[in-house]
Amino acid sequence: MEVTLNWYLMLSAILFVIGVLGVLFRRNVIVIFMSVELMLNAVNLTLVALAQHMGDTTGQILVFFVISVAAAEAAVGLAIIIAIFRNQQTVDVTEINLFKY
Amino acid sequence: MDLTQSFSSLGADIIVSAPLVLTMVMGLVIVVLDAFRRNHVATPWIAALTLAFGLVMEITRIGAASGTAYYDLLRVGGMAAYVNALIFGSGLLTVILARPYLESIGHHIGEVYALILFASTGMIVLGTANSLITIFVGFETMSICLYILTGLVRTNQGATESALKYFLLGAFATGFLLYGIALMYGATGTMYLHEMQSAVGDHQTMFRSGVGLLLVGFLFKVSAVPFHMWTPDVYQGAPTPLVGYMSTASKSAAFASLILVLYLALPSTQWIGVVAVIALLTMVIGNVIALAQTNVKRMLAYSSIAHAGYILVGLAAGSPEGYSGALFYLLVYTVMNIGAFGVIALLEWDGTQGSEQSLDSLSGIGYKKPLLAWSMVFFMFGLAGFPPLGGFIGKVAVFGPAIHSGLTWLAIVGVLTSAVSAYYYLRVLVVFFMKESNPDVATDNITFSVPGMSAAVIVLCVIMLIVLGIVPTFLDVTASFFDGNMLATLP
Amino acid sequence: MNASTLIPVILLLPLAGALFCGLVGLFVPALRQREGLIGVVGTAMVIVPFLAVLYLFLNFDGGAIVVEFYTWMAAGDLSVAFAYRVDQLSLVMTLVVTGVGGLIHLYSIGYMHGDPGYWRFFAYLNLFIFAMLNLVLGDNLVVLFLGWEGVGLCSYLLIGFWYTDLKNSAAANKAFIMNRVGDFCFLLAMFLLFRELGSLDFDVLLVQGPSLDEGVLYLTVFLLFMGATGKSAQIPLFTWLPDAMAGPTPVSALIHAATMVTSGLYLLARFSPLVLAAEGIMAFIAIIGALTAIMAATIAITQNDIKKVLAYSTVSQLGFMFLATGVGAFFVAIFHVVMHAFFKGCLFLGSGSVIHAMHDVEHQLSQKLEPEGHTGKFDPQDMRTMGGLKKFMPSTRITFLIATLAIAGIPLLSGFFSKDEILFRAFESASTNDYGMLVWIVGMVTAFLTAVYMIRAYVLTFEGEPRWPKADTIQPHESPWTMTLPLWVLAILSIVGGYIGLPGVFAHGDWNLIHHYLGESFGGPLAEVHGEAHVALSTEWILLALGAAIAIAGVALGWYWYSKHGPAFDDRLRSRFGRLYRAAEGKYFVDEAYEKVIVKPLIVGAEKGLAPFDTYVVDGLVNAVAFITRGLSFVLKYIQTGVVQIYAMAIVIGVILVLAMMMFG
Repeated sequence: MEVTLNWYLMLSAILFVIGVLGVLFRRNVIVIFMSVELMLNAVNLTLVALAQHMGDTTGQILVFFVISVAAAEAAVGLAIIIAIFRNQQTVDVTEINLFKY
Repeated sequence: MDLTQSFSSLGADIIVSAPLVLTMVMGLVIVVLDAFRRNHVATPWIAALTLAFGLVMEITRIGAASGTAYYDLLRVGGMAAYVNALIFGSGLLTVILARPYLESIGHHIGEVYALILFASTGMIVLGTANSLITIFVGFETMSICLYILTGLVRTNQGATESALKYFLLGAFATGFLLYGIALMYGATGTMYLHEMQSAVGDHQTMFRSGVGLLLVGFLFKVSAVPFHMWTPDVYQGAPTPLVGYMSTASKSAAFASLILVLYLALPSTQWIGVVAVIALLTMVIGNVIALAQTNVKRMLAYSSIAHAGYILVGLAAGSPEGYSGALFYLLVYTVMNIGAFGVIALLEWDGTQGSEQSLDSLSGIGYKKPLLAWSMVFFMFGLAGFPPLGGFIGKVAVFGPAIHSGLTWLAIVGVLTSAVSAYYYLRVLVVFFMKESNPDVATDNITFSVPGMSAAVIVLCVIMLIVLGIVPTFLDVTASFFDGNMLATLP
Repeated sequence: MNASTLIPVILLLPLAGALFCGLVGLFVPALRQREGLIGVVGTAMVIVPFLAVLYLFLNFDGGAIVVEFYTWMAAGDLSVAFAYRVDQLSLVMTLVVTGVGGLIHLYSIGYMHGDPGYWRFFAYLNLFIFAMLNLVLGDNLVVLFLGWEGVGLCSYLLIGFWYTDLKNSAAANKAFIMNRVGDFCFLLAMFLLFRELGSLDFDVLLVQGPSLDEGVLYLTVFLLFMGATGKSAQIPLFTWLPDAMAGPTPVSALIHAATMVTSGLYLLARFSPLVLAAEGIMAFIAIIGALTAIMAATIAITQNDIKKVLAYSTVSQLGFMFLATGVGAFFVAIFHVVMHAFFKGCLFLGSGSVIHAMHDVEHQLSQKLEPEGHTGKFDPQDMRTMGGLKKFMPSTRITFLIATLAIAGIPLLSGFFSKDEILFRAFESASTNDYGMLVWIVGMVTAFLTAVYMIRAYVLTFEGEPRWPKADTIQPHESPWTMTLPLWVLAILSIVGGYIGLPGVFAHGDWNLIHHYLGESFGGPLAEVHGEAHVALSTEWILLALGAAIAIAGVALGWYWYSKHGPAFDDRLRSRFGRLYRAAEGKYFVDEAYEKVIVKPLIVGAEKGLAPFDTYVVDGLVNAVAFITRGLSFVLKYIQTGVVQIYAMAIVIGVILVLAMMMFG
């Protein structure tokens, strides 16, 4: 059985949905954050597969940008999570609800 | 193309995008300077001068023909210059307003100015993007800087919470945006906006879902319902003058980019229904929930959601007239919102950056601080859309095209919800002028000193709001961006 | 320098002055006491435009100049620009507004001294000048209307200037509401013109207007005239003007005598081609003008409040001007407007000077009487407690006398020429219409009454013996130079002003400069009756002599009666004329009639019929909507739980919505 483009696309879609579900249903901020990263990497997979399929490098260039942006995001995100933990001694998102209504 | 030619074209590109390059470089300069001379007094001035230089440069280029730079990745001149001028202008006013404010809350640190410059860089890249790659890069550069600015006071529980919510949801929305970009790329094989419509071919389904997901990313950034829920929580916790910046400059950039996408890449009408429905939801939800707010910043957050709805009405018209109306509205909205948040920042006394301060605690402030309170009168009437202020002309400029495009129902809802909005805007004035000051809150003992520069910014905003209302030529300027030359100048 | 650079200066300086005085007063309480600063800035912002207008006037070459700033609004066929028109008519009006206005500003520096609302006063006064300039310079009906409403607003603000007294606020409300009736007619006229001609620019209206359908034209001119009756206090909308005297006296001089109340005349003069084409309405205008003139003159004779006398005199003189308009002599109406600005301005300022002095008397009196337990209050405007002021206030007295003689029409003073020209034109028109003779006779009688009541006011105020309490020990003082200087300037203008309009008996009318300046047959903007009937030169001389004789007789008789008997002569009149006198004294009970016929039924109808409907149906619906919206708000805000995953869920729902609409929508 040949591995066609659709396989890659399906795989990345499934990974993306897993990421979305993780964001929606996990309580630990770190895990939510990892789910977001999973979403980004799912898209990376799509981009690489499409670029490879079309023989065009533009998509892969975008992947490099995504990777670097994800790194920056990780730095900032972890810093914020540390600040939260220092203030509230928790990483459970359902307990972080000072502002509402 | 040989290497020499590349370098010479790069040189020319740097010159036409000088404000962008300079902003980025000066941001780096501030970072380095701050490493050696912590919180140097010159830091805010460097930032302010950089932004002022950019503002002047871009204003002079508004009349120029639009073109592209960096191998068609960015647009320059014309509409791009207008959007950049908006971003630089709101950045400049914010820097002036923020300096005394940050000093008063003890967070006058050099990074802030570097971050504002970096965020401006990101906004410019986003607002003038001509390719999906630049959209993504600008979008993220801007967003990451704003996450940090939101959580600036990292010892404050509210500020960190705001930052966390903004960050998580922002990253989540980025995922959708990126997926949308990937699908659009897959359907067309190109990242350039102007090449897309001819390249779609038979991948309609893929392209449409890509467009939908891309729209989600933008709608999140402009806080359209139902992607708006971060807005009140973030605005409430972030430092007030910076909220003014976030709510204006980032929205201008996102809307400008969205307009470019819609105008260049998606002339077909399949998305009009989506934007119209979202605009309807945004206007209704934003205005209705604002009624029940007691915290001023939260109220203004819902107000800014509602205003995103008005601008989306202009976009939903799908005509150059509607886009130019939306661009004009962004200018008016920038002036009003920076002014309103500036006034609120100057009236803060509770030491928690206004995150807990209720509107009622400002009772009777109109007689103690007449300048601020009377300026607020103009901003509130402007936001509510009373003639002859700019807000009125802005609403005409976005609702009119919608009617011309057959979206009369949307315009009617817009006008009705504007009427609802008058309630909560005017309530601010009622509290300011017609209520006795609250004895439980000892505002009498707290000294509000108004720095001269801040007062000057507020007054400038008032004057501009009036000028925009009675000198309608600005609308002709934004209309001139869509007179057909825009596409013609592309390679 | 040309008009396009000077017009912005002329217009914007008063606005700048208003903003300066208003904002400084509002935000810098420390500067409120700096009367010198505020007064000088306020005055300079009117004097400088006056000089600019003078320059324009002297360099004017006869062709109308239109200065357009920018298009204010454009919607459909309607395009309105901030455009201003410099021609003979607007130059004359602008000269009067800024010239007399400047003098009155100067006067106010002294008059308002010590008032806590000093800054407010000058802010309003400058704003008034700005609005008035828009009114007379505007090149389309919208700008004119903007000025028209602006002066109405300033009039309201200034009548109620001392708003803590409920009476003054009531007077301000009355002026505002009565003017609304006129303004409504004006608006209707505007709509009608736009519907018919599709434009509001004067160029279009004045050229195409006269050839409109007769019915439409008549209706338009009628509505314009009704608008004018509101601003210019003619029957039926005149009752607000006497009440408007509640404002400070400089206001009465500037707004309610010299400038604003003449804007109705300006409007009709501006639209003279249309008015002239509507003959039936012209008869109506002439008769209303004549009736107003004689009615107000009879009331003026019976009043004891010096400002009330002058107020009714103003109404009467405005009636004269409308009479002139009604017989087609537009330039004469404008001529009388200018002359009236001089002598009535002078009279009002003189009365202000007197009131200023009498306030001082009241002040001294209360200091004297306080130890004895009396308050010493009396009305400083009542002429019955004045008398003999000529000893104490020589400048005020002489200027007041000059202005009195001028308005009475004593030969060779300004009023003589302008009033005589009006009466002559009325007489002349009698050969071509049916009403000319009637209005001429009424005019002659009114001229006699004018001489009598004005000399009565003068004699009671300045001649005879002082009649205030303790007059032997309390002495009033002459006012400061800032107040007497304007008096002198206006008095001199009242003497020489008339020579710009010498009657036709000299050099066959070639010396009537204002006619040559404004008249259509000489290239001016004011239309004229064509093929006018000619009156023999001898008849003209006889009419002139008759006018002079009537004025002199009135002055002589009035002087004789009132200097001999003093205020007691009024009692003789009362017993002599009985019911007629009482009717005049009661102002013909017009206010009471309005109260009974219009106000009461309206209030009762509103209370019985509309109020319940309003309360239960309209308010009920509105409140229900508001209640539901607010309730919705309180429910919906709980969606915002504060938990970030709920927000993420909303985003996912949004994504599904958007994708579904993109796929299937």
